[in-house]
Amino acid sequence: MSHNQNHPKIRIENVSYAYDGKPALHDVTLDVPANAITVFFGPAGGGKTTLLRLINRLNDLVEGTQMSGRVLLDGQDIYAPGTDVPGLRRRVGMVFALPLPLPGTIRENVVYGPKLAGERDQTRLEEIVVRSLTQAALWDEVKDRLDSPASALSGGQQQRLCIARSLALSPEVLLLDEPTSGLDPISTGKVEESLFELKQQYTIVIVPHSIQQAARVADYAAFFLMGDLIEYRPGTEIFTAPRDQRTEDYVTGRFG
Amino acid sequence: MNRYLTQHVGFILLGLSTLLVVVPILVVVGAIVVWGAGAISWEFLTAMPRGGMKAGGIFPAIVGTLLLTLGTAVAAIPVGIGGAIYLAEYARDTWLTRAIRLAIVNLAGIPSVVYGLFGLGLFVLFLGLGTSILAGSLTLAIMTLPIIISTAEESLRAVPTEFRTVSASLGGTRWQGIRNIVLPQATPGIITGVILGLLRAAGETAPILFTVAAFFLPRLPRSPLEQTMALPYHLYVISTQVPGMPLEIKYGTALVLLVLVLSMNVVATVIRSYFRRRRQW
Repeated sequence: MSHNQNHPKIRIENVSYAYDGKPALHDVTLDVPANAITVFFGPAGGGKTTLLRLINRLNDLVEGTQMSGRVLLDGQDIYAPGTDVPGLRRRVGMVFALPLPLPGTIRENVVYGPKLAGERDQTRLEEIVVRSLTQAALWDEVKDRLDSPASALSGGQQQRLCIARSLALSPEVLLLDEPTSGLDPISTGKVEESLFELKQQYTIVIVPHSIQQAARVADYAAFFLMGDLIEYRPGTEIFTAPRDQRTEDYVTGRFG
Repeated sequence: MNRYLTQHVGFILLGLSTLLVVVPILVVVGAIVVWGAGAISWEFLTAMPRGGMKAGGIFPAIVGTLLLTLGTAVAAIPVGIGGAIYLAEYARDTWLTRAIRLAIVNLAGIPSVVYGLFGLGLFVLFLGLGTSILAGSLTLAIMTLPIIISTAEESLRAVPTEFRTVSASLGGTRWQGIRNIVLPQATPGIITGVILGLLRAAGETAPILFTVAAFFLPRLPRSPLEQTMALPYHLYVISTQVPGMPLEIKYGTALVLLVLVLSMNVVATVIRSYFRRRRQW
């Protein structure tokens, strides 16, 4: 089940999770390698998003949940008492299913995280704006209107802005939860292209919005069904020669 | 044809009920303006009352009301907004917080004279502040708090949860999210609540009756521990307690109070629409 990797960036260890006693994840163990795109896929309600949100402790914001097991980032348990949670979230960025620009301008959106982290130097903030927007493949489209409201951008641009906003913190890991679910095919293509660029530097975990997208981007893919991790292997194998019958049924479109 | 007739009758009835609401307001405002406008002069606004309050101006009452409103604002705004932030952003949903919310809703419905008696007991007598601007402001503040807290809490809750999640995901603490995103977005609603509360405080008579209001004090107060005249109470006094008061002075005083309150309202609307234009969701 776990992949051969000397030094996993993220290690999920026997994680079970429940909302108000309703189980969402059941004894999940997997290693996420660095500098690759790992995909969590499967039908709705499988626990993919829950697992994603456990990796930067965003689920802390939800009340009435129960968790067991460990999540390790570079070998450190991120749920250990005394963990600097905002610091963790700077290392592990998150892009949501719907583009959610914060109120304010494009520039303000990008520098929001760095400013909270205490960056005040205007030159460095300016560098961050250019770098993150370039990495998110948005720079050319917005360089002349950085001070116009973010809400005026198109949906696809907004989502790339959200990616840039996460990249502004230079995270080590980037989590993406169906980042292209609301986008047209062209914007989707742009987002996916930027992911291929980004994986040189970042560890990427993505919940794709379709099985086709999963197959397009995955270096490694984990198939989740009803809170169980069914199969976890390199993408080239899992989509062409799945080992588990349930994975095969899902990949070939028999259900889901 | 019958359906159209029904609709027609319906419209007329609805129109009439609207008229029923609007006409009395226009008549009251109109009467105050018509009978009161003659009294308004520079002297009326800036001079001390003379001749058993039948001549001169109402300056100390205007200043008193402004001071009381200011004192109320200083006491009630931080506490009210703080309480609202706690209830909307931090407090978990327990029986205790539900009890607190219920209490706040009920407090808003308590008759103002009860607040007056409470203020007399707590601030004037027990805390020994005497009948003073301080005691009156605090009493008015307590009366205003439920309005500020509940409208501010509502405005905070109206800000989409996702903004808080996004802020947290970018390494923001809960407070940073509130401070940078939630509060600015909730500001128009909070201002509305604050102004509504302060308007009520500015126009109230009962809470200041036992705690601060002076029957006749033809000079400005020198410290927050002194009594002061105030417009609503002054209006009550000259309307019921002083025989032979010229009609014009009564309506003039009412007009000043009305304009004061309405202009605060206008200021609030301007501030609100300014903030709302900057809101982007």
